[in-house]
Amino acid sequence: MKKKRKGVNYSKWGYIFIIPFILCFFIFSLIPLVDTIRYSFYEYYRSGIKEIGPTFIGFDNYTSLLQSDMIKYALNTVILWVIGFIPQIAVALLLAVWFTNTRKKIRGMQFFKVVIYLPNLIMASAFAMLFFTIFSTNGPINSILMSIGISNKPIDFMGSVFGTRSLIGLMNFLMWFGNTTIMLMAAIMGISVDVIEAAELDGCNSTKRFYYITLPLIRPILAYTLVTSIIGGLQMFDVPQIFTNGQGNPDRTSMTLIMFLNNHLKSKNYGMAGSLSVYLFIISGVLCFIVYRMTNNSDADSDRAIAKKKAKEEKRRR
Amino acid sequence: MKKRMVAILLTAIVAAGSLAGCGSSPKTTSVPEAANTEEGKVINIYSWNNEFRERVEAVYPEVKETSSDGTVTTLNDGTEIHWIVNPNQDGVYQQKLDEALLNQANAAADSKVDIFLSETDYVFKYTDGDADVAMPLVDLGIDPAADLGDQYSFTKVTASDQSGVQRGSTWQCCPGLLVYRRDIAMDAFGTDDPELVGEKVKDWDTLKASAAELKAKGYYTFSSYADTFRLYSNSIAQPWVTSGETVIKVDKKITDWIDVSKEWLDEGYYDKNVKGQWTDDWNKAMGSQSKVFAFLFPAWGIDFTLTPNWDGESNSWAVTNAPQEYNWGGSYVHAATGTDNLEYVKDIILAVTADKDNLLKISKEYADFTNTVSGMQEAAEDDATYSSEFLGGQNAYKYFAPVAENIVIAPLSAYDQGCVELIQSSFGDYLQDLIDYDKAKSNFETAIKERYPDITEVQWPE
Repeated sequence: MKKKRKGVNYSKWGYIFIIPFILCFFIFSLIPLVDTIRYSFYEYYRSGIKEIGPTFIGFDNYTSLLQSDMIKYALNTVILWVIGFIPQIAVALLLAVWFTNTRKKIRGMQFFKVVIYLPNLIMASAFAMLFFTIFSTNGPINSILMSIGISNKPIDFMGSVFGTRSLIGLMNFLMWFGNTTIMLMAAIMGISVDVIEAAELDGCNSTKRFYYITLPLIRPILAYTLVTSIIGGLQMFDVPQIFTNGQGNPDRTSMTLIMFLNNHLKSKNYGMAGSLSVYLFIISGVLCFIVYRMTNNSDADSDRAIAKKKAKEEKRRR
Repeated sequence: MKKRMVAILLTAIVAAGSLAGCGSSPKTTSVPEAANTEEGKVINIYSWNNEFRERVEAVYPEVKETSSDGTVTTLNDGTEIHWIVNPNQDGVYQQKLDEALLNQANAAADSKVDIFLSETDYVFKYTDGDADVAMPLVDLGIDPAADLGDQYSFTKVTASDQSGVQRGSTWQCCPGLLVYRRDIAMDAFGTDDPELVGEKVKDWDTLKASAAELKAKGYYTFSSYADTFRLYSNSIAQPWVTSGETVIKVDKKITDWIDVSKEWLDEGYYDKNVKGQWTDDWNKAMGSQSKVFAFLFPAWGIDFTLTPNWDGESNSWAVTNAPQEYNWGGSYVHAATGTDNLEYVKDIILAVTADKDNLLKISKEYADFTNTVSGMQEAAEDDATYSSEFLGGQNAYKYFAPVAENIVIAPLSAYDQGCVELIQSSFGDYLQDLIDYDKAKSNFETAIKERYPDITEVQWPE
């Protein structure tokens, strides 16, 4: 069994150095995670000040969740996420291309980079509060609209499904497009100048350059943005929670999955909340898997596919 | 080998972690430590604001001083009162209090909860006899019949459990009135005299006729449908949930409220832009630019909500009788089961909630309508001491006192807070014409079952 010692083995230091992380991970992440899954099979909540359970009830929580409006809230979440994400990625791409274009020489670029990132520095809840106030029926937006004569009576933005959803989408867009822009800029700047110059010598115009050079080469970063955004979207909570006062009004059309989860936690319903979390866990797992497959393995010539092939061949040879 | 060892270790840790939760579910009922003779050195009081502290400082003779940050009050013999204040918003206060109370049996003597406060909306959760977190006053050495004889009887009913054992006491009594703008009354009715305006609003039918007059002049009667909710919800005939059952019974009064609100809102008697209470729009409706004629408030509402939001002349408002007698709010003081400061707890409760002179002092200093029948009757007569500048020199106690004596408190249940909150938000959508009646019903059912997992059914009146 014993291998011959080749030089000094430093690997044990590696283990020692990651002990603090592993410990913290165990105590603060893994145990709660396992507990969440465990409690999802129990009836366990508080009625008033009295604790009910925990009693094992199998998959009851899961089935009763499926019978509830969970699917509807998942759909709400997706809709809210899409409303925010599409303009976000479009604007971010456009800005990133402009900002990285060496010919354009945009003045005050640094300034704009800071400005577009600023909304992200505001706390989401504060941002939602701000929007709630300026779009309220007595708010400044309505007084501007009324004083310039666009509307003769206050518009009830938060009283309509369309208004509420688009405002939430707008907030998510404003908060995140700066962040995405900066990430995409980094990706675009990573593209070798040689490739771009060669394309230009061949008479490639800027539209073609964007579609045939920039987009394919920043695909890994785009995928990363998509994945993080999906996960962020699934966990959408603070903006709609504060904006609709926790009710998901009107008619629960802005109720996201995490707000639904939060409603269960009001009665400390760990069982139901646990099974909802497990559903979320599975959904995000599947989504991540699909996105990875979509973006990494779609063509046979990508580095990864080649590497895989080689590995297979080597295995066969042995 | 090493790998296998690590794997075994990891599995063991996971297994240990998952088993850890099993054994430690805290028991909810704890045996009262009646045999505890030694008084503790620290009195822990849980509340959601400084209201109770200010009252204790004002009237409890043992108070020596309070630290500048307001967290510790020292008594004459060196015992310290620790004030643990958590905001009421989003149920934070109840969460913290519940944790502390569930941990009461295991906590060290000086960190046990000794006194805690609760509001009418959730008082029943804590006075529940089975939960037994609030001590019966009798066990404390307070005889409700003798010591609290001068209190309004409905406050004593509110603070009692299912079997009628009183488990809390209050210094406050919250009869509600109609507070109206004098200038609007002058414009619409040609008078601002409380007696004459009172005639205009004496019952719902008369008020409806007056509402039409107000509308003709361009005024709203109330700011929103939420303003009248307490008048209906506090006169329900049966509790939301009967003790021992898991069925929500929506009272006829509540559906009446929905129907009337719909009608009045469509008629234009309410401001459509105000969607509920405690919002910015609601606060603005109390300002001088607003077209709202009146609000329905108890004493604390005038002092705590209306006054700070009013930006006009200070003598612009007046009170008169509401179309129906009602009660809104009230803070109850409870002795926590397991307290180690029985003597002090008893002393403080008696000083703040039972002593007539102290209560009158609170009324004078904080404009509270206090829990003493004879004291409030005196106040109603004594215009010189108790007239309010904000109300244009009117003595509001004259109107409050008779209301307080007639209040019959609605039957309570431990589910009141959620029901009251969720019925208003579910039917808010209906009242604003966003969804139909049946959808609002089903939304309420969904929401209430989320909030209270043990609720199995919701019954609507025929």
